[in-house]
Amino acid sequence: MTRIGRWIGSHLVLALGLLVLLYMYIPNFIVALMSFNDASGARNLYEFQSFTLDNWLNPCAPLGMCESVKVSIAIGFAATIFATILGTLASFALVRHRFEGRSTMNLMIFLPMATPEIVMGSSLLAMFVAAGQGGKLGFWTILIAHILFCLSFVIVTVRSRLAGLDSNLEKAAMDLFANESQTFWRITFPLVFPGILGAALLSFSLSFDDFIITNLNSGQTVTFPMFVWGAAQRGVPMQVNVVGTVMFILALTIVIVGEAASRRRRRLLAAR
Amino acid sequence: MGALQRVLTKHPAYFLVGPAALWLLVFFAFPLVSLITTSLSDPSGSPIAGYDMTFRFQNYSEVISEYWPYLVRSFVYAGIATLLCLILGYVLAYAIAFKAGQYKTILLVLVVAPFFTSFLVRTLSWKLILGDDGWVVHTLQALHVMPPDGRILATPVAVVAGLTYNFLPFMILPLYASLEKIDHRLHEAASDLYASPARTFFRVTWPLSLPGVVGGTLLTFIPAAGDYINASLLGNTNTQMVGNKIQQLFTTASDYPHASALSVILMALIVVMVLMYVRKAGTEELL
Repeated sequence: MTRIGRWIGSHLVLALGLLVLLYMYIPNFIVALMSFNDASGARNLYEFQSFTLDNWLNPCAPLGMCESVKVSIAIGFAATIFATILGTLASFALVRHRFEGRSTMNLMIFLPMATPEIVMGSSLLAMFVAAGQGGKLGFWTILIAHILFCLSFVIVTVRSRLAGLDSNLEKAAMDLFANESQTFWRITFPLVFPGILGAALLSFSLSFDDFIITNLNSGQTVTFPMFVWGAAQRGVPMQVNVVGTVMFILALTIVIVGEAASRRRRRLLAAR
Repeated sequence: MGALQRVLTKHPAYFLVGPAALWLLVFFAFPLVSLITTSLSDPSGSPIAGYDMTFRFQNYSEVISEYWPYLVRSFVYAGIATLLCLILGYVLAYAIAFKAGQYKTILLVLVVAPFFTSFLVRTLSWKLILGDDGWVVHTLQALHVMPPDGRILATPVAVVAGLTYNFLPFMILPLYASLEKIDHRLHEAASDLYASPARTFFRVTWPLSLPGVVGGTLLTFIPAAGDYINASLLGNTNTQMVGNKIQQLFTTASDYPHASALSVILMALIVVMVLMYVRKAGTEELL
């Protein structure tokens, strides 16, 4: 009895966990399904009517959607590059150096993550307006905001990778007469790189996805989430689901390829 | 200039940390100050002409007396959603940390992956799942749990369901991080000493996972309390949260001083709650 009980006990948790995971995927299934929905002439846009490939063949049919995707990609790339560079530099200082103001800096990194988006967005808006920029909201104000909220996440990600680094590897390189810059570029940087890449991926998806902060600071500029929000008042075009599905598949591919590459490298190193 | 140069060559750390620190100072700290001054300004200005700072503390009393139900609703919805996330998230984090074996990494990737589809697009799909003709409503009606004309969409239930779904990963990742650190031998030791699985959980696992519980509940509760997307898309006019009101005051009403005052109140309430909670949980070192 106790053995059966224990078997159920250990497998029940796993089964329940997988059920929770399944629950997290329900919306993705629905989004993928609705990307094949023929909604022309439909009364209810939140119901599957009939199968069609039209949405995939003409993704840019809804007026303004593809332009908004381009704006989001441009802002996403710019914010990712800036935030990743600034954040990586700061992470090295925070892990490798003891300096005055270090704990203040740690607090400054933590606070944006503990601030609700609506507060962060409204305070930026209040400052832009106070600085007389109220009429000039747009691409640049969105970019400034996105770099800000990506920065903390980059620092947290890269910092933890750097802190977990075995410093003996660097000492070994120095013992073998590598100079400082050789040690950095041949040992330290390659080891930290997966963390930097992960931080960049996280930044891009945070930026691409942001609505609340963007909405307050965008002026007339329309990003993809803002397009969806605007369209939701009338009924969203089904092509929105195509963009959602493509993003999902793309991100999953990048993560899987990255994971496979690091596994392969680890196996090669072990075999040597 | 010379002094600055001397500092930088003597302390290379400031070179590295400087740009990020400057960005956080100019675009996070200054704006918060600006939010507070705007909240004390005369509402008779305009976003283009600017507002006169007159220490008008009435903005705060006006906002509280008019919009307190929105604040209460935000904290109640976010609180329930956080509790649900804790239950669901703990099960999954526990399963990944202790039962997944070699599939740990893959399962962790699978936890994050759904969230690469846009937040708004995923939230809209709940409109279909919880809709009046959806399978959830039909099943509940067939089981007589719900009256034949009952609804889920446009009710508080839908808003809380949306919040729970959207912020679940923020709970799972910190929980997993602290569960994963627990030495498996502690479990073996507990059962060797005749502790039942339930007793092992409550006396060993749960206390050791507390840092993750505190981190996860904060990371879930804070964004949930400020969210208005779920309330807008899945709720109705009676389920609006404080975020809805702040956003409306800024955009449609262009009443920046009152909007800022409400924003400052939300932030202050969250800071107070976080401090009380962290002190009670005895995990100050997290901050």
